[in-house]
Amino acid sequence: MFESLQERLSGIFDKLTGRGALSEADVDAALREVRRALLEADVALDVVKGFTEKVRQKAVGAQIVKSVTPGQMVVKLVHDVLVETLGSDGVGLNLRASPPVPILMVGLQGSGKTTTTAKIAKRLQERDKRRVLMASLDTRRPAAQEQLAVLGRQAGVETLPIIAGHTPVEIAKRAMSEARKGGFDVVMLDTAGRLHIDEELLAEAASVRDIARPNETLLVADSLTGQDAVNLARNFDEKIGITGIVLTRIDGDGRGGAALSMRAVTGKPIKLLGTGEKLDGLEDFHPQRIAGRILGMGDVVSLVEKAAQTIDADKAKKIAERMKKGSFDLEDLAEQLRQLQKLGGMSGMMGLLPGMGKIKKQLDGVDLDNGVLKRQMAIISSMTPAEKRNPKVMNASRKKRVAAGSGTKVEEINRLLKMHLQMADMMKQMGRGKGMFGKMFGGKGVPDAAELEKMQAELAALDPNALPPELREMAAGGTLPEGAKPAPALPGLGSRLPSLGGLPGLGGQPFRGFPPAGKKR
Amino acid sequence: MSGFLKSLFRRNRDVEESPQAAAMPEAIAPEERRGWLGRLTQGLAKSSKSLTGSITTILTKRKLDQTTLGELEDALIAADLGLATTERIIKAISAGRYDREIAPEDVRKVLSEEIAKVLKPVEVPLDFRGQKPFVVLVVGVNGSGKTTTIGKLGAIAQREGLKVMFAACDTFRAAAIDQLQVWSERTGARLVSRPPGADSAGLAFDALTEARAEQADILFIDTAGRLQNKAGLMAELDKIVRVLKKVDANAPHAVLLVLDATTGQNAMAQAEAFAKTAGVTGIIMTKLDGTARGGILVAIAERFKIPVHAVGIGEQIEDLQPFDAEAFAEAIAGGGG
Repeated sequence: MFESLQERLSGIFDKLTGRGALSEADVDAALREVRRALLEADVALDVVKGFTEKVRQKAVGAQIVKSVTPGQMVVKLVHDVLVETLGSDGVGLNLRASPPVPILMVGLQGSGKTTTTAKIAKRLQERDKRRVLMASLDTRRPAAQEQLAVLGRQAGVETLPIIAGHTPVEIAKRAMSEARKGGFDVVMLDTAGRLHIDEELLAEAASVRDIARPNETLLVADSLTGQDAVNLARNFDEKIGITGIVLTRIDGDGRGGAALSMRAVTGKPIKLLGTGEKLDGLEDFHPQRIAGRILGMGDVVSLVEKAAQTIDADKAKKIAERMKKGSFDLEDLAEQLRQLQKLGGMSGMMGLLPGMGKIKKQLDGVDLDNGVLKRQMAIISSMTPAEKRNPKVMNASRKKRVAAGSGTKVEEINRLLKMHLQMADMMKQMGRGKGMFGKMFGGKGVPDAAELEKMQAELAALDPNALPPELREMAAGGTLPEGAKPAPALPGLGSRLPSLGGLPGLGGQPFRGFPPAGKKR
Repeated sequence: MSGFLKSLFRRNRDVEESPQAAAMPEAIAPEERRGWLGRLTQGLAKSSKSLTGSITTILTKRKLDQTTLGELEDALIAADLGLATTERIIKAISAGRYDREIAPEDVRKVLSEEIAKVLKPVEVPLDFRGQKPFVVLVVGVNGSGKTTTIGKLGAIAQREGLKVMFAACDTFRAAAIDQLQVWSERTGARLVSRPPGADSAGLAFDALTEARAEQADILFIDTAGRLQNKAGLMAELDKIVRVLKKVDANAPHAVLLVLDATTGQNAMAQAEAFAKTAGVTGIIMTKLDGTARGGILVAIAERFKIPVHAVGIGEQIEDLQPFDAEAFAEAIAGGGG
């Protein structure tokens, strides 16, 4: 659905390649696209305006570095301003006060306050060795207090006993006094969801704040929020006074423009990100990551994390070993296809890959995930073990048999075999360790957080000339839809994705295996 | 049964006081009751004020030129209509009027009419006649308001004298079952549940079997919130649908997608994915009582043409209101207040 900024800009700047500095007209043209990209990413309109102005000032007259195109230059500038606006990393929770330190959680209904409360409590207790008491002040939503109690048991964090009929203010008082008596370090106060224009409930939250005098008042907000993000952040900040923002559902596939909106209007740091429903799904905020996502540059970090979570490391290692030796058979291919399916299929993955947006768009409507993958796996399942190990034996009569057994056609089998052949060839080459791409197979495993951040940062300043030649050839080979250059992503992925190497579609070339998808559109 | 239909989703803009309202336990001290349009526009007025204001200032004695259209475009974007839909509407407005002077009221009217044109075809009441039990599967991302919506729907149905059952198939989120339990006590609807962590598809199967045996009129199946990009969770939803079909080949008879009005462009992806996996038959948009205008619904209507049944404009049972394309459009265009 979305086009990345890079793709949009490349069109505008194609004719400009090679000029010395960005003129005002160039910048204006580019900024129109920047505006569109930001709006599609749900950045609030007012924020977009201020933002593009900032970029304009930096961009006009900026010298274009030789190795990059003007489009890339602008993307880099935009990315930098985004990171700057989103704020620096690692603004942790401020717990510097005499215990018990209160933390107040506020937000709209359904933004994820209760889950986030439990996540933070668990982290403080397990990682930071603080004793935490949680209390739910949500007397409105049915079973909200029970929800926190259940989460408390799951997280091993104590919760304030529920007394029916208590008002939020009474619960807050009781929580503070119990925490003092019980020697707790931190008290987390989870409040009822409320609208940012509900004066009555905002006043109630303010009185809770006055009683608890929280060190931190965190606004919990859904990262999928649209233009309204500015209103809600501004109102909560004005009426209750927030000290930071927690963005939830960052594991969704939204573009996260709300982060920029809220940060820009409140000036308050985004402190944490909630990902997933499990209680350890809490991450520190890193502006680079969100910036890349807003620009549609893909979220390689997410991809790598997802891959790390989903892919069976042992199996992947075995396949990688076999690839190195050049003995990549159909059984291995089937395994790769299965893992690809687990990752959310081709389109799920391409959405996360920088530069892949265009391919994804062109493939929209082609049922890659459920259609092609399933059929390919069915074909392989219909083969005998000997055929899987040595696909060369597949002659016409065997193909007919397999086609009948898998409910496919002989052409599809031919296509699959050709794809396998090409992949095996490519892997053999890479196995020899040529170029950065080759390192994929010698990787050392799952990268740590710092490395991931670095990778994401690298994406902003990519130089297409740094591409390994084999990839450039592939992209130029005409087998990919025009303009689809998966390559820029790959240097960043390079050494760290040992297990993903063989996934069809990742390298570009295996797309030859899907002619109906690639060529028609 | 058509009584429920008429009552919950009648077109009449004035909601009459239901005589049984007082019988509802929590019932939700019906403060001063306003008509649907009144309530919605009141909710939206807070937000559309700025929009109205901006349109007025833009257009007083001005020509409908490029600058003006650009500013109108901004106003629609700020309502979450998304770029493509906004641009199409702006084009429609400028057609034949370009460079002519136009009064601010007329622009609002045209704007609202253009939006209503898109929404009118999807203004479809929820029809659950002809099936017993009528199975309603409720889906959506986390925190969109599924359980609350089921509670409200169930309360209204029960009030209409229908035999209602709830199936607590959100066996994942902590206390989700308890939350539906409270709604079941409030409404008198029977709850079918299992301990947390139980298989939701199995529970759906049993609930439908039970609903048949007990001759329930309507069965609401609550599901766990899931982000539409999680393949595993979507597969689980697919399984619930498949399993229901084993009991009744036509079930679920309605699949309701609950969308949060504050959601931005991602709502499109939600509509697409849930429609693909669960075969969404209708949308309910919640949380329209804030400042969010839910303009993404226009984009969804334009692209997917999924019927919209109702909107949630508050926490009370009565705050679940039939969807009214004109009112919704007027509220976005800022003409209703």
